[in-house]
Amino acid sequence: MSAESTTGTASPASVGSTTVPAADLPEPLVAVEGLTKHFPIRHGVFRRQVGSVRAVDGLDFHIGERETLGLVGESGCGKSTAGRVILRLYDATGGRVSFRGEDIGGLRGEPLRLLRRRMQMVFQDPQDSLNPRMTVGGIVGEPLLEHGIAKGRALAERVEALLESVGLNPRFTNRYPHEFSGGQRQRIGIARALALDPEFIVCDEPIAALDVSIQAQVVNLLQDLQERLGLTYLFISHDLGMVHHIADRVAVMYLGKIVELASSDALYEAPLHPYTRALLSAAPVHDPETESRRQRIILAGDVPSPADPPSGCRFRTRCPMATAECSAVEPEWRELHPGHHVACHHANEDAAVSG
Amino acid sequence: MAEIGHDAPLLEHRSLWMDVWLAFRNHTGALVGVGVFAFIVLAVFLGPLLHTVDPHYLDIGARNAGASWEHPLGTDNLGRDMLAQVLAGGRISLAVGFTAMVLALVLGTAIGVLAGYFKRVDGLLMRTTDLFLALPLLPLLLVIIMLFRDTLRTAFGPETGIFLLIVFVIGITSWMQTARIVRGEVLAIKEREFVTAARSVGTRERRIVVRHVLPNVLSPIMVSATLGIANAIITESALSFLGLGFPPDFPTWGRLLFDGANFISITPERVIWPGLAISLTVLSVNYIGDGLRDALDPRLRGT
Repeated sequence: MSAESTTGTASPASVGSTTVPAADLPEPLVAVEGLTKHFPIRHGVFRRQVGSVRAVDGLDFHIGERETLGLVGESGCGKSTAGRVILRLYDATGGRVSFRGEDIGGLRGEPLRLLRRRMQMVFQDPQDSLNPRMTVGGIVGEPLLEHGIAKGRALAERVEALLESVGLNPRFTNRYPHEFSGGQRQRIGIARALALDPEFIVCDEPIAALDVSIQAQVVNLLQDLQERLGLTYLFISHDLGMVHHIADRVAVMYLGKIVELASSDALYEAPLHPYTRALLSAAPVHDPETESRRQRIILAGDVPSPADPPSGCRFRTRCPMATAECSAVEPEWRELHPGHHVACHHANEDAAVSG
Repeated sequence: MAEIGHDAPLLEHRSLWMDVWLAFRNHTGALVGVGVFAFIVLAVFLGPLLHTVDPHYLDIGARNAGASWEHPLGTDNLGRDMLAQVLAGGRISLAVGFTAMVLALVLGTAIGVLAGYFKRVDGLLMRTTDLFLALPLLPLLLVIIMLFRDTLRTAFGPETGIFLLIVFVIGITSWMQTARIVRGEVLAIKEREFVTAARSVGTRERRIVVRHVLPNVLSPIMVSATLGIANAIITESALSFLGLGFPPDFPTWGRLLFDGANFISITPERVIWPGLAISLTVLSVNYIGDGLRDALDPRLRGT
């Protein structure tokens, strides 16, 4: 993807979220409002609910057409759950997900099945996400067969074309997943996601299980496909460098909430939230000289349990800037710069500069 | 045999069953199993054409006789030919074993898959399974047979009636282990990402079960199947022993074994031959199941 298209899609969309929607702004493809997903914790003989794990606790964002939104955060912060709730693989506890303006939360049965043709997922573990007893042709062809799009000879041709489009030899249709390498398996997963010609794809850590040399290939493939097919991505990852490379805008999640959302460049150059700064400082820099001079922010303690999140600001237990206000009042979601949102009491214009 | 594909052109259609057969052929134990099992089946069904002695004929002059040309496996205490009895008994035992196994397997797999996959029915189905496991089986069998034997005999004739009753009774009381094992496997399989992936592409629940869950629980089902045959043959023997199986003059392997047990010091062959037949059948079926299980798993195929 070129630099022009990156900034071109990112800025108008992000402005649109806070100002009064202007007539010329395109409607976002996916809009998420106050999305929550709580998993119940049950105990005792009667399986009484004694609490809940707040995996996702109030997400607000939108993804514009042909845009890539990166979703980063450490393990267990709810990134993957968020992706699955958006695709309706889990039912949301609260909030709203709309796809092209239509609320998809209430869809059941056949309408939900038809919606699946328009939004797809690439899974994290290419080993586990392919049925070991099905051939590649069966796996990639399954969506087409299930939706009655193609069968017989036409199906075989579609599958071959799909394999070719993800850079696999179309003669591999009769092989089984275990005969492929990790990168090739992930390509099979991508081919399956593309089979229904979707508009929106959630990439759930698609490169986390791959070799570093293969990661770049898969990311490049995803970018090529986006350009060619006009896809929109939600790219979930903990690899900050890769997200910077592929995403137009980036949302940082901590313990079920988004703490900062900005265009990719703004976020990496001038992070406003102390958590974002700590995250970025943990990622190594390619240049050894800068690497040796830069200061790392080392966070104390562990991520609190999502079953019992701290009062006020969720990051306060580990935040170097925490004050009494932080434990009393939950920080507001503010737009400090155009398109740059943050939820922190202490974030301000100069905080960005000093950070 | 998947490696063949490396230099051969892959465009030609590789059918699943061809692959399975190629892998199965490489499993020595399974091939021997097939050989032994085929021999037993052929002997039981075609043997009486060669050895034309009536198993019910009482050769009073040759009671408790040893092996001879006339009676290759000797005779029992009433002078009945043992070979003819073993062959005739095999037909019943094999038929009972297979049919009861299939019934138990279908029932157990269906209940296991439903309980594992659909959470709503899990509690009900598994408590029912526990209930069946907790029932004292032999008294239950006795009651069922007492109640229904005469009705079925009049409806289907003495042989078919008792056959149906025994198969049904064995099937209905031996599906629980299969159900439990299958449920456990299904619980693990349905959390795998490929099931989520199937749902995410819009596969219907029914197809997810048939296409993604069932093939992946095949291994424990295969093992249950082979053990099930053995179990059914032995249960039928026990029923015959209690006088509730087939009529006393109707030989089955189990019946021959138990009848012979009283004469083990006089004519040990009477125990050895039916016992050997049961053991060989069970063993060969076990090996066949083992080979099939491996051949049906694409990860083990071709190694």
